[in-house]
Amino acid sequence: MKITLKIWRQESAQDKGGFVTYKMDDVSTEMTFPEMLDSLNEDLIKRNEVPFAFDSDCREGICGMCGLYINGRPNGPQEGVTTCQLNMSMFKDGDTITIEPWRAKAFPVIKDLVVDRTALDKLIQAGGFISAKTGAAPEANAIPVSKEESDIAFDAGVCIGCGTCVASCKNASAMLFISAKVSQFAVLPQGRVEAKERVQTMVAQMDALGFGNCTNTGACEAECPKEIKLSNIARMNREFYKAKIS
Amino acid sequence: MRRFLGSSLTKKLVVALAGLFLIVFLLVHLAINFLLLKSDPSVFNSAAEFMASNIVIKVFEVVLLLVFLVHILMSVILQIQNWMARPTQYKVGTRSKTSFFSKYMIYLGGIILIFLVLHFFHFFFIKIGWIEGDSDNFYALAHDLFKLPLYVSIYVISFVALSFHLNHAFQSAFQTIGFNHQKYTPTVKFLGVLYSILIPAGYIVIPLIIFLSE
Ligand code: HEM
Ligand code: FES
Repeated sequence: MKITLKIWRQESAQDKGGFVTYKMDDVSTEMTFPEMLDSLNEDLIKRNEVPFAFDSDCREGICGMCGLYINGRPNGPQEGVTTCQLNMSMFKDGDTITIEPWRAKAFPVIKDLVVDRTALDKLIQAGGFISAKTGAAPEANAIPVSKEESDIAFDAGVCIGCGTCVASCKNASAMLFISAKVSQFAVLPQGRVEAKERVQTMVAQMDALGFGNCTNTGACEAECPKEIKLSNIARMNREFYKAKIS
Repeated sequence: MRRFLGSSLTKKLVVALAGLFLIVFLLVHLAINFLLLKSDPSVFNSAAEFMASNIVIKVFEVVLLLVFLVHILMSVILQIQNWMARPTQYKVGTRSKTSFFSKYMIYLGGIILIFLVLHFFHFFFIKIGWIEGDSDNFYALAHDLFKLPLYVSIYVISFVALSFHLNHAFQSAFQTIGFNHQKYTPTVKFLGVLYSILIPAGYIVIPLIIFLSE
């Protein structure tokens, strides 16, 4: 099929940047989105033009590197997928696809479609872990965990840190991201030990890094490729208030 | 403590609790407004009189004013931070599914604020003697105002804005205070929609009835 692409090109963080339009004549509906971008880049190289930069690594929805803002939606029109899992069959012959990098103060553009998401690492460093001695895997049944709680922890723990929540939020808030981490640990005995400290340091770090504040719009939940729920944010709010008054 | 007061989550909690307080207050205020529909002015006036003289109510008035100011101040601070969090906008506007009115809260709040200023001007400033008027007969004042097409229009527009504001706000406040329950949240959302339609509609019918019956 024929596709017109409008791709955001920006030389560096300082450059103003703008859209460049490319036409592709022969896009297979069986391609994934980054495969389609690869084939355009190969054409550009053959034509002696500079290929554009975009991120990706695993290309199977587990590393969280590949996020792009496609036609007004992070990861494009398909529900519950990362950009690398987005299928070209979601588009029609003759479509124009506009691709922008994630936009947030905390995610400065490095080049073209690549943004710096170090801020998410800094959030994890502020408390998204448990302090435990490493070593051989402990006996799985030594600490009993109920089915309900392990389900909650698992559903929150599938976060891949791609930044879709920040990219989709009109306030560029990272609340879904940190609430997934806070929830995952808060319901498990291993994480409970540091729960109070964790929620406070992570929230303080989020504020300090220039992310926005949650206004419960629900865009993050709608766009999250791992379908992480808003109820995690409510749980984090409870954890935060409890930690502050006790 | 400082980290608590300065935190975004604390500000949000304050906005939500103040908002919930106002939601309860709107019910009481509406009940009193319905007395305006009685042909006998004395009932409404004695309710207004009671409001003006009772010491408990006097204290409540100060609290109410503070609650409004805190809600507005905190939500404006949060909103400014939110604007700053995305200095470069997307060129293609968002097509994500969201709570519709959540995008317009600050503008809807702005319309409500304009009305609040007018409202204070008419009733509260007369009562505390800042501007002239007959503070013994708010019934007549309200009936006079509700004969003016311009005032009735502003009134209706303001309450439609309030309806939109509350359409998102009611359930959002519950989420903010940490209440999100698989079984009960759908009920909260339903009650929120119901409240956001019925209560502003209640406020709106009063001036319409008075306007149309003159
Ligand atoms: C009777 C009048 C009002 C009522 C009952 C009311 C109620 C509420 C409630 C319950 C919320 C939800 C809080 C949350 O999401 O946790 C809210 C949010 C908000 N209100 Fe109001 N409000 C009123 C007037 C105003 C005014 C005058 C403004 C003026 C600027 C305003 C601005 C906002 C904003 C910007 C938000 C969104 C804040 C956020 O979600 O973080 N409101 N309101
Ligand atoms: S490239 Fe790893 S999630 Fe898309």
